[in-house]
Amino acid sequence: MNKTLKRWFPIFLLPTLAAFLIGFVVPFFIGLYLSFCEYGTVENATFVGFANYVRVFTADSQFWYSFGFTALFTLVSVVLINVIAFAVALGLTRGIRGTNFFRTVFFMPNLIGGIVLGYIWKMIINYGVLIPLFGKDLSYSTAYGFWGLVLVVAWQQIGYMMIIYISGLQSVPEEQIEAAKIDGAGWWQTLRSVTLPMVMPSITICTFLTLTNSFKLFDQNLALTDGKPFRTTEMLAMCIRNTYGTTPKSHGTAQAMAVVFFLIVAIIALLQLRSTKEKEVQQ
Amino acid sequence: MKRILSVLCIVAMLLCLGGCNRMQDDGKASVYYLNFKPEQDDEWKALAKAYTDETGVEVTVVTAASGDYEDTLGAEIVKSNPPTLFQVNGPVGLSGWMDYCYDLSGSEVYTHLTDEDFALKEGDQVLGIAYVLETYGIIYNKSILDKYFALPDAQITSLNQVNNFESFKTLVTDIQSKKETLGIQGAFTSSGMDASSDWRFKTHLANLPIYYEYMENDITSTSAIKGTYLDHYRQVWDLYLNNATCAPTEIGAKTEDDAKNEFLNGQAVFYQNGTWAWDETMEEKLGADNVGMLPIYIGAEGEEAQGLCTGSENYWCVNKNASETDIQATLDFLNWVVTSETGTKTLAEDMGFVIPFENAQNSTNPLIKEAQSYLDAGKNPVSWSFSTIPSDQWKSGVGSALLAYAQGGATDDLWEMVKSSFVEGWKTEHDKANS
Repeated sequence: MNKTLKRWFPIFLLPTLAAFLIGFVVPFFIGLYLSFCEYGTVENATFVGFANYVRVFTADSQFWYSFGFTALFTLVSVVLINVIAFAVALGLTRGIRGTNFFRTVFFMPNLIGGIVLGYIWKMIINYGVLIPLFGKDLSYSTAYGFWGLVLVVAWQQIGYMMIIYISGLQSVPEEQIEAAKIDGAGWWQTLRSVTLPMVMPSITICTFLTLTNSFKLFDQNLALTDGKPFRTTEMLAMCIRNTYGTTPKSHGTAQAMAVVFFLIVAIIALLQLRSTKEKEVQQ
Repeated sequence: MKRILSVLCIVAMLLCLGGCNRMQDDGKASVYYLNFKPEQDDEWKALAKAYTDETGVEVTVVTAASGDYEDTLGAEIVKSNPPTLFQVNGPVGLSGWMDYCYDLSGSEVYTHLTDEDFALKEGDQVLGIAYVLETYGIIYNKSILDKYFALPDAQITSLNQVNNFESFKTLVTDIQSKKETLGIQGAFTSSGMDASSDWRFKTHLANLPIYYEYMENDITSTSAIKGTYLDHYRQVWDLYLNNATCAPTEIGAKTEDDAKNEFLNGQAVFYQNGTWAWDETMEEKLGADNVGMLPIYIGAEGEEAQGLCTGSENYWCVNKNASETDIQATLDFLNWVVTSETGTKTLAEDMGFVIPFENAQNSTNPLIKEAQSYLDAGKNPVSWSFSTIPSDQWKSGVGSALLAYAQGGATDDLWEMVKSSFVEGWKTEHDKANS
C-alpha cells in the first residue's frame, strides 16, 4: 500500500501542482515583473525600473489614504468580530436548548457571496434605516460607509469565527475548569486564566483570518459604497483596481501598488501570527 | 480498482491538455470578433452563422461581460489566437490600443462610411471605424404631455413653444406644480447617482458644457478645460433635482431601473436617456407613438438651433498582429456586414442600430426616427465630446461632486467642488495619462 502510494503520488499531485503553478506562482512572478514596467498588455511591456514605485510612494495620495482607511477598518472589524464571535461561541457551548439550530443560523451568512451580500445590505441600510431616519443614504458620508462596511463584514464573518471558537472551547478539558472552580475561581477568573489560554490556537486562527480578510476586502466594498463619497471609503484593493485605468502608466502604477499591498498584508499577518503564537500554551 | 482509477486520472489529464491544443491556428482564414455589447450577443452570433453558411469562413463571436471589456480584451489579445476584430470607445480608448490597430484607410469598408468624421484617425491612418450611431436627449411621455397641454391654466400649450432652456424650464416647473392634477409624481424621473445611473449626468449631461466650450474655441479636444459653461450645467442639474419624483437628498440610492420604471409607469414625464433605452418593455408599456425626445437645452446662446446629442462610442478596430489571411477575412466580413442585405437588415432591425454606412436600412426604433426628424428639420446635432474626457477617474470625481451638491442642499460652496473636479480634475487626469 505504502509502496504503491510512493510510486504513484507524483501523478496525483501533478494536477494540483500544475494548477497552483499556472494559477498562482507564474502570475505572481509575472505581476512582480510587470510592476517594474509600463504596459498595455502583458506582451508589450517596457521596463521602467522603479518609476512605478516612486509614483506610489510620492505622487499617489489616494493609496496612502486608502491604506489608513483600511487599517482603521481592519482594527475595528477584527476586534468586533472576534469579541462577538467568542461571546456567541461561549453562549452556544453551555448546552442550552436549540444550540445546533442557532449555530446553523449564525453560520449561514457566511455562505452568501460578498457581492450579493453587499447589494442586499445596501438596500437594507439605505431604505430600512438611513433614508427613513435621516433622509440620506450611504453615499452621504464617510462615517456611514465605514460603519456600513463594518456591519456587513461583521454579520458575515461572526458565524464562521464562532464555529472555530466553539471547537476550541469544546477542547478545553473539563477537569481544569472543575479544578479552577474548586480552587475558588469565579466565572471571570476561570475565563481569563483557564479558558482563554486554552483557546489561544483558535484566537490565532481567527485573528489571522479576520485580519487578512478585512485587509483584502473588495466585493463588499464595491457593492456597498463603491468608494463614495469622493473615494473616501475606498479600501486598498479597490484603490488598486481604480488606479489600473486604461493607460500603460496607470497599469504599471496599479501593479506596483499591488506588490506593495501584498508585502503589507504579508508582514502584518506574519507579525500577528508570531505575537499570538507566543501566547499559546501546550496542553 | 486502483489501477483503473489512476488510468482514468491520466486519461482525464490528457484530455485537458488535448483541449488546450485544439485552439491552434490551422492556417484557414477565420474571424474572431470580441463583441462589446452583451445585449446584442445573440444577434451577432446569428449574423456570424449566416456569414459562415454563405461563405464558409468561420466567424467566432465572443462577448465580454458588461463593464469588463478592457480587461477581457487585454487578456484575449495576447493569446495565440487573438481577436481579429475588437472595438475601442473613442480617442481616449484608442490611445491604449494603438499598437494593435491595423490601418483601415485602404479597406473597402472605410469607403462605405457616409462621413469621414465617423472614423478614428491618427495622422494619415484610419485606426477605427464607428459602426453604430446613438442619440440621447430628454425622452418624454407624449400622452402625459398632451394631458398637460389640455389643462386650462397650462403655461405652455405645445412643444413648438419649447426651443431653449427658458421655455423648457417653464414647461418643467409648471408640470411639477400641477403634478397632482396630472396624476404623476414629478416632471423628471429620479436622477439616480447609483453606479448604474450616474453616467447619465457625469458623462452624458456633462457633454453639453464640454461641447459648447469646444465650439466656442473651435477645438475638438483639450488638455485643460476652462469650464465656461459650468453655470449652465448647474442650472440644468438644478432643474433635474428640483422637479423630480424624489427629493434631491435621495438620489444617492436611486438606480437606473428606478428611473426607467418611473418613466414606464407614467409617474414622470421626462427621462434623460438615449435611443438604446427603447426596448420591448417600453414598447409594451408606452407604445411607439407615445415617446419622443427633446434636446437637452442648457441655456447657451443660439441653442434654438440645437438638436439631439448624436455620436458613437463604438469603433471597430482590426488587430494588425493577426495573420495576413485573418486580417483579410475580417475586412471581408466587415464589408459584408455593412453592405449585404442580411447584414444591414440584422443591424437595423434585430439590433436596432443606425449605422453610418451608405447601405444602412431604416431602424424600427421610434427614438431613432425622432433623431432623424431633428436632422431633417436642420437642427445641429451635438457631438459626443465626452469621448475626450481624460479618464474614468475624472467622471467619478464629477459624479461624486454632483451627488454631494444634491445631498448638501445645492449651495454655492458645494458647486465650487463640482467646478474644481471638472476643471482641475481634467488637468490632473490629463497630465497623469499623458505626462
